[in-house]
Order: sequence, then structure tokens, then C-alpha cells
Amino acid sequence: MGDSSEAKRVRNLLAARDAALNLNLDLSRRDVLKIAGYGSLAAFIAACGGNNTTTTTGITAKGGTMSLGSYNTDPNSKKGTQAIVDAFKAANGGTNVKLNVVDHGTFQNQISSYLQGTPEDAFTWFSGHRMRFFADKGLATPIDDVWDAVKSNYTAGFEASIKGNDGKAYAIPTDYYPWAVFYRKDVWSQHGYTVPTNWDAFKALCVKMKADGLIPIAFADKDGWPAQGTFDILNLRLNGYDFHTELLTGKQKWTDQRVTNVYKKWSEITPYYSPAFAGLTWEQGADQLLRKQAGMYLLGLFVSDEFKASGSAADLEQLDFFAFPDMGTQYDAEKALDAPIDVYMLTKKSPTLQADLGQAKAFMEFVAKGSTQVLYWQNAPGSIPTANDADTSTYPALTKKAVQIVSQAKKITQYFDRDSRPDYSGPNGMQGFLLKFLSNPKQDTTSLQGQMQAFWDSLPPE
Amino acid sequence: MANTTTRVAPARTQKAPEAGALVNRRKRRYTLLTRHDKILIALMVGIPLTLDLLLVWGPTLASVGLSFTNWQNIGPITGKNFVGFKNYQFMFSGYTLFWPAFTHNLIWLAWLTLIATPLGMFLAVLLDREMRGTRFYQSVFFLPVVLSLVVVGFIWDLQFAPTDGFINNALGTAKSSNLIDWLGNPRINLFSILIATSWRHIGYIMILYLAGLKSVDPSLREAARVDGATEVQTFFGVVLPVMAPINVIIVVITAIEALRAFDIAFITNQGKNGLELLSILIYNNSISEASLVGFGSAIAVILLLISLVPIVAFLSRVMRTLA
Repeated sequence: MGDSSEAKRVRNLLAARDAALNLNLDLSRRDVLKIAGYGSLAAFIAACGGNNTTTTTGITAKGGTMSLGSYNTDPNSKKGTQAIVDAFKAANGGTNVKLNVVDHGTFQNQISSYLQGTPEDAFTWFSGHRMRFFADKGLATPIDDVWDAVKSNYTAGFEASIKGNDGKAYAIPTDYYPWAVFYRKDVWSQHGYTVPTNWDAFKALCVKMKADGLIPIAFADKDGWPAQGTFDILNLRLNGYDFHTELLTGKQKWTDQRVTNVYKKWSEITPYYSPAFAGLTWEQGADQLLRKQAGMYLLGLFVSDEFKASGSAADLEQLDFFAFPDMGTQYDAEKALDAPIDVYMLTKKSPTLQADLGQAKAFMEFVAKGSTQVLYWQNAPGSIPTANDADTSTYPALTKKAVQIVSQAKKITQYFDRDSRPDYSGPNGMQGFLLKFLSNPKQDTTSLQGQMQAFWDSLPPE
Repeated sequence: MANTTTRVAPARTQKAPEAGALVNRRKRRYTLLTRHDKILIALMVGIPLTLDLLLVWGPTLASVGLSFTNWQNIGPITGKNFVGFKNYQFMFSGYTLFWPAFTHNLIWLAWLTLIATPLGMFLAVLLDREMRGTRFYQSVFFLPVVLSLVVVGFIWDLQFAPTDGFINNALGTAKSSNLIDWLGNPRINLFSILIATSWRHIGYIMILYLAGLKSVDPSLREAARVDGATEVQTFFGVVLPVMAPINVIIVVITAIEALRAFDIAFITNQGKNGLELLSILIYNNSISEASLVGFGSAIAVILLLISLVPIVAFLSRVMRTLA
């Protein structure tokens, strides 16, 4: 055992989070309680079993070759992936991993063609709607045998996140990160700001920051997707998890008055956004926070990668965050937030998969280990390991807090573009609509909402 | 298109010596072709024709076919996928991006035709005057042409960046509260990237036109000067008409550049928020993660129909000059 009490604390948090996670599945309260029981049990077993949960079984093979398609192209995550591959080669009898790194956006855009063509054996992907879609289309290989070998290393919430609609396991979750409001501790203590817990305090803080010469809220939407994070959290706070997931899957209408309310509330904070935000990339937004020009930034934990990239450890230490403030509705209690999970999967049509299946499965087992995930996290601190046996003793305060905020959330979403269909969330869909809204937030959104619904209705059945 | 012209050209040179010959003689001449000649002709016409049908018209017809389906790039196409004219109906009535994209392509065409291309021609005329440092200026203006539009997009992306870009800092608008959002403001971003496009397009047109000007017989200009024509009169009255073949090429190139505009807008922001173009709509719908192949194909068919206008105009002109 030999766990430090700190590690135990974080593990308990993981178990608690598990009790709350229900990852896009419509679970009844009893199901959640059941999962809570399993989850704590799994954590308990993992805690007692130590690191023996990922021993090699009969389904894996050493040596040989395998191939991996990766979309991790940011310098940090690229280094992390390479570190995993190198460690796997050393641990698995010198398996030669052919690594094919493709630009993140390109990989995502061509995923359909990629999976139907001649893909690598294994690939990096997201959990949620996007994983289940390709599993349904028969383009991913189920890995129940691997999952059975490693599942004691995971909480039930993660297990739910990698199950296809057919109940089979299709992926190994390796990391996740929460979305929250980030700020610099030194800037805040200099001006004497305190964390706002409700909407009015949040807006009052914006006014104060503006008077102090800061950009209250860094906002950067050139890429189109960052605005969806704000839509997610506002809709979750105002209308609740159930309405949000139903809206994103077409079971509710975009013309609903509740959606109008989201835009109304949103327009109350847009005056405090970065000027020229439609021309800024998220990295440039992070830079405004880093350079003490902006006071707050609603983004994923990956913003810390940008702070790490600045090369100054002092900057990273100043980074802190708080959960999006309450909006005064019944849904505040859900404490819902976006916490996307990244996974590894096996393709179906890889020409080498039959020959490399043992090695590919060994790789899937390998990435399910906490030690592997920590290796990745050391390179990309914005990605928190998912395995129970991950050594949490080296987590800095920021990561511990991130684990905590997710564990307190009663509902977790995967992010707009992972919870909805890609044709709807893409640049010519919701990304464009949100930019249109943001170009004039005070507008009457009736016609815009009509366009959103008309676009949804035009899409062919998935 | 290139294929079509090369296929036409050899046929003409074969006929050229026959000009004025009697029809029956011509018939006899074909029968005089040896077996070897016949095989050679069949190969010379057959191979490009097969490639053309296979690689150009095959996919084109496939796109037309796909435009009547709602296929999403997954699984086989079954009868259920056929939706008739639904894609076209939605494109023209419900799809809010089609008409903006269409308009942006038109603005693109107008900008290149009225501003960038004349500027390129103007530079060519200036550089043709054998002034000092001509070669230096030539290289400077031509330099952007060796860059792909993707690279041009990256370069101008950095220049146009709101807070740390060169342009706002040079204008002193980077710090002020209402800084100019060159690429994010949907009212001006199209013109921002048109400036970037022109940066390259002007050099391209300049070098083409310069080559043409060099080939104009100098004695024509001398004659004009002797007759007392001014510089402007000489250019418009003598040089421009002589340059007719080059002018046609310039016009066609400009039209094609405007229709195939894609890379620079895509690099900037994936063609949204004011930078919608027909080519980008095709990409974002059918090739991206969205995989709406059917709807994307319908837009592609419309773009094909529009593209046929300058192509047919050009071809009919080429055919007429050859005939």
C-alpha cells in the first residue's frame, strides 16, 4: 500500500466524483446511487490491490509492431504522447510503435474517412456522443477483454463514459479536464478581489475590474468553439443538465424561450469581454491572462499548458480558478460543468490490426495505468489522469483543485461539440451562429434562434 | 481544360497542310494512314480522354449524383438516402450561409477584376519602361507569388492580429479601447483577406503581363511615337490590342482565382463569421467532421455551373481563334 494520506484524499475525491458522474446517460436517481456504490467499491478494491490491476493477460503480446494515430500536436501533448510510446516500447519487449501524428483539427475533420480507409491500429479520440457514433457505425473494435482486465483501476463514471450504445467497452479513458473561470492569484490579491459566488457578484466584479483598467473577462473566439463553453455553462446553470443534453441532441427546440434566456443573460457580460475577441485565438486570450491584462478567463484546464509554455514556473503557480457562479435557479445545486474525457480506441479497418492485435491491446492496457497517465500529465499539466492508481502525491494545488471541482459536480457534460452532432456544432453551424450572436449581443435573438432550429431540421438523420 | 486544348491542337496541325484541299482528297488521306498511325492517334487521343473521363468527369458526375442524397460518408448508399431536390431546396431557401457565400465570391471577383488585376498590369507597364532597378522591383513584387496562399494566410494572420499584430501597432490602434478587429469583424474581414490575396495576385499578374509586354514588337511603339501618339494613346491604341491573347488569359486567371478562393479564408478562421465562400461551404459540409456529403455536393454542383461560364467563354474563344 504505502499511500500517502494526500494520495488517499485525492482517491476519496475520485470516488466521490464517481458517485456524481453520470456522463450523458439518463440515469435515474437509483441508478446513480447504485453506481455510487460500485464506484466506491471499485476505488476501495483499487486502493487495497495497489498496482497489480494491470498485469498482462492472455490477450496481449510483447515485441512485434503496432501503429498509433495521434492528434496530439500541441508541443506539450506531443511530447507526452512520445513519452508514452517510448515507455511502452521499453515495457513491452521492444514493441515498435509506428506513431502517426496528424494536426488536431485535420484529424478531427477527416475522422470518418480515416476510420473507413486504412487507419492505424489505435487512435486518440473523445468519449461521449462522438465515440458512440463511430462504435454504432462499426468503425471501432470493442475491447471488453482489455476493459475487464483494467476496469478495477477506474471508477464507474469513467466506465459509463466508454460504453457504446450496445453496452460494449470501446475505449480507455486516459485524461480529463474541467472548464472553469481562471484567474491570477497575484492580480486578484493586488486589487483585493474575492471569488464571486453568484451572478450579481460576478457582474459587480467585472465592473470593478474595468475601473481598474483590466479586461474583466478574456474571451477569444476566432476558432469558433471557445464560445460554446460559455453557452454550455449558462444553459446548464439556467436550464439544467436535462434540458441542455436534450437540446444538444435535438429533443428540445432552439426556439425555446429558455434558450432566449441564455442569450439574454449572456448579453449582460459581453460588454466585459476582450475587445476584438472574434479575431483572437484561445492562446492569445490565455496570453491576456498571463500578462495580467485580463482578470478572468472561462476555459478548460488546458489553459495551464499555455502558462507552462511561458517557461516561468512562477506564472503557473499564480494560476487559480473557481466554478462558474450560481445564477439563482434550481439548477445551481447540480454544480454542472464541462469536463471532457480523452480516450484511446482501436480502429476496425486497420489492415495490420489482426496481426498486431496483441500488441495493440497491450498498449491499451498500458495507457490504462496510472503511471503512464502521470507520464503524460507531467508533459501536459492540463490533462488529469483518470486511473485510480495514478500517483497523486505530486499533483500541484491546481490539479488537486481540478479533481475536487469535478468531484463536487453532480452532473458532467463533455462539451458542446462532443455532446452534439459535429455537423451541427461545426464552423457552418453553431460556431457561426454564436459568432453572429456575439457580433451584436443586444439583438432580438428570435430570428437567429429560428435559423438554428431550421439548420437542425435540415440535417439528415444520424 | 488543359486536356481539351491539347486534344484540339494536334488535330488542327494535322489538318493545317490540308487547307484548301478538296473534300474527297481529304477522305482519301485518312484511308492512307498506316496501321501504325492509326494506333498512334488512338493512343494519343485515347489516353488523355480516358484520364479526363476517369479523373474529371467521373467524379463530377458522381458529385451530381450525390447531391440528390443525404449520404454521410458512412456505409453504403441505399434507396433511402435519395432525397430528390431537398438539398437544393434547403440551400436556396433555408440555408443562411449560401447567399452570403455567393455574394462573397462575387465581391472577390469584383475586387480582383477591378483592383488587383489592373494594379498588376499597371506595375508591369511601369517595370517595362526599363527604369533603374527594374529587376530589383520585379523580384520584390514577384516574391509573394512563390508562396502558397496558405503561407500568405499565416503571414497576414500575424500582421492582422488585433493586439500583437503589426498593422494595429503601426496604426497605434492596438492599445486603444476600440482597436480594429481586422479578421474578426464580419464587416471588414473579407476586405482584409482580399488585401492579403492581392499582395500575391498582383505579383502574379505583373509577371504574366510583363512577359507579354516584352514580346510586343518595339517597332509598333516606335511607329506610334513617330505618328505623335502619347504614352497613354500608345498603350490603349496599340499595345493593348496586340496583347489580346494575354489579356484573355489574365481575365480567365482572375475569374478562376476568384472562384477557387479557399485557402486563405480557411486558414484565417475556417471560413465563418463573414468569410464564407462557396468552396469553403463545400469543404465544411462534406469533407469536414460534419460529413454532409450530399448537401456539400449540391453546393459543389452550383459552383460547377458558375465555373462553367468563364470556362465555356474561354474555350469558345480559343476554338474560334483556331478555326
